[in-house]
Amino acid sequence: MTTHTNLRPDLAVIANWVEPGAKVLDLGCGEGRLLHYLAKHKAVDGTGIEISEAKVARCIEEGLAVLQGDISKEVLDYPDNAFDFVILSQTLQQVYDPAGMIRAMLRIGKKGIVSLPNFGYWAVRLQLLATGRAPVTKHLPYQWHDTPNIRVMTIKDFRQFSMQAGFWILRESFLLSDNNGATGRTIRFLPNLLATSGVFLITGSSANQPA
Amino acid sequence: MEARTFTFAHPPQKMCLESGATLGPVTIAYETYGALNAEGSNAVLICHALTGDAHVAGNNGAGNRPGWWDTMVGPGKGIDTEKYFVICSNILGGCMGSTGPCSINPETGRPYGLSFPLVTIGDMVKAQNALIDHLKIERLLAVVGGSVGGMQVLEWCVRYPQMVVSAILLATTMRHSAQAIAFNEVARQAIMADPNWKGGDYYQGPKPDLGLAVARMIGHITYLSDKSMSFKFGRKLQDKSDFSFNFEADFQVESYLRHQGKKFVERFDANSFLYITRAADYFDLKRQHGQGSAAKAFSCSQARFLVVSYTSDWLYPTLQSRAIVTAMKKNGLKASFCEIDSTLGHDAFLLPDKRLSPLIKGFLEKALP
Repeated sequence: MTTHTNLRPDLAVIANWVEPGAKVLDLGCGEGRLLHYLAKHKAVDGTGIEISEAKVARCIEEGLAVLQGDISKEVLDYPDNAFDFVILSQTLQQVYDPAGMIRAMLRIGKKGIVSLPNFGYWAVRLQLLATGRAPVTKHLPYQWHDTPNIRVMTIKDFRQFSMQAGFWILRESFLLSDNNGATGRTIRFLPNLLATSGVFLITGSSANQPA
Repeated sequence: MEARTFTFAHPPQKMCLESGATLGPVTIAYETYGALNAEGSNAVLICHALTGDAHVAGNNGAGNRPGWWDTMVGPGKGIDTEKYFVICSNILGGCMGSTGPCSINPETGRPYGLSFPLVTIGDMVKAQNALIDHLKIERLLAVVGGSVGGMQVLEWCVRYPQMVVSAILLATTMRHSAQAIAFNEVARQAIMADPNWKGGDYYQGPKPDLGLAVARMIGHITYLSDKSMSFKFGRKLQDKSDFSFNFEADFQVESYLRHQGKKFVERFDANSFLYITRAADYFDLKRQHGQGSAAKAFSCSQARFLVVSYTSDWLYPTLQSRAIVTAMKKNGLKASFCEIDSTLGHDAFLLPDKRLSPLIKGFLEKALP
């Protein structure tokens, strides 16, 4: 499905959703692949936050504006609506306070884009059922004791969470990724069972909520 | 590289200082590297730290020694003199060619000594601005500096915001902590307690070398870290296997500090040390430009920023760099921040390092139109 061949599938979906020329904050931007892509192809005014010194250095060397720091703390300093889009890709499952994080994202950004791994994927369910042990899959390759994923959630959970935490989902896309996440295709049928990840465009403002 | 001087505030004009005093004429020693392009859009101003000078790069300058940042500035280096027109000037109040307390007061025909007015970081930057005007440069592609040089960069960004396209701040702070002031005060006291200091009027006789050497030794401790000192010296003895049971330099660290102190007095003026450390202590971006608020201080700035701190810098710790970044974020300014893992302490930004050059290089390339 992906039109952005060099990007991870969920990042390609995100890149499609971001409007040209937008102000974007990428939380946990890594080596800046998405930011680089958005700057080059969508003339986006981007900023990234990343905790690893080496990755931050790579970004700055490439001319990207990136701040080294912990995303949970760094989001606090920005004024309201400082960005058009705040992106959190494949990181919500590693955040201690997901509700606080989403609230902060939607305070400093008009819209948020969240991508997350779907722990409801059939192979994960089957492994737990069949072996009785915490699942370790291609998409979630960690043991229970060394995983950075401290939150285990499914696509359904995130939809439910939107109501509890008081934000609206404007758009959704579900992906089945392959080749260690390098490629992927869109899933439309039974996503909570058949997709390995979900991407959500969200807003906290009722002005942006779907009719 | 060309070493030159520029003099302004000729009589009857005088330069008005932040303290209310006036000074003139004012000479600024500077060096330039590379060539200004036709659009005048590739000028990079480098601000030196406490005891630096205009000789930032190359081997053929003052004293035939390599520039103080020769590892960073030069053809093909982090600040590439084939791409950028690099300017570095000695600060006002210094003793490396610019007007300072050791300069001759034209009214008396004798060195100023303590009759030299107190100058601030703002005054130093005003003098640099006069030089930039003289060089017919309207906008600086980048202003770059570490430590007290970084303070000058900060001052540039808020005093002449329309002139600064981008700014690089290394191991610096918006204001000294009480601890930083304390170290400076002990260093100044060491100078003033030297009987040769004579109220600053020592230029005809012996100089307060002992006091200045001790001041440098104190400074040097604050530029290193506990880890780097342990690694470099530990408790190793200097050319001996046992204690001498007297007060000679038994430990290597003592010998090193004494050597640093001795070397320093050959090139630096004690009064300049007093004036510059005082200016650094007085510097307070929040108070002078933001009515107490860091965010307000940056409200007029339009620059892109690169802020770099070092994990082991306890003189201007990372928290102080983060405070600068926070103020920028609040103003929607474009900023990059990197905390480089290093055991070398505050001095790390001046030492050869594979990591800083590519950061500066990438950042500057993006700034170039």
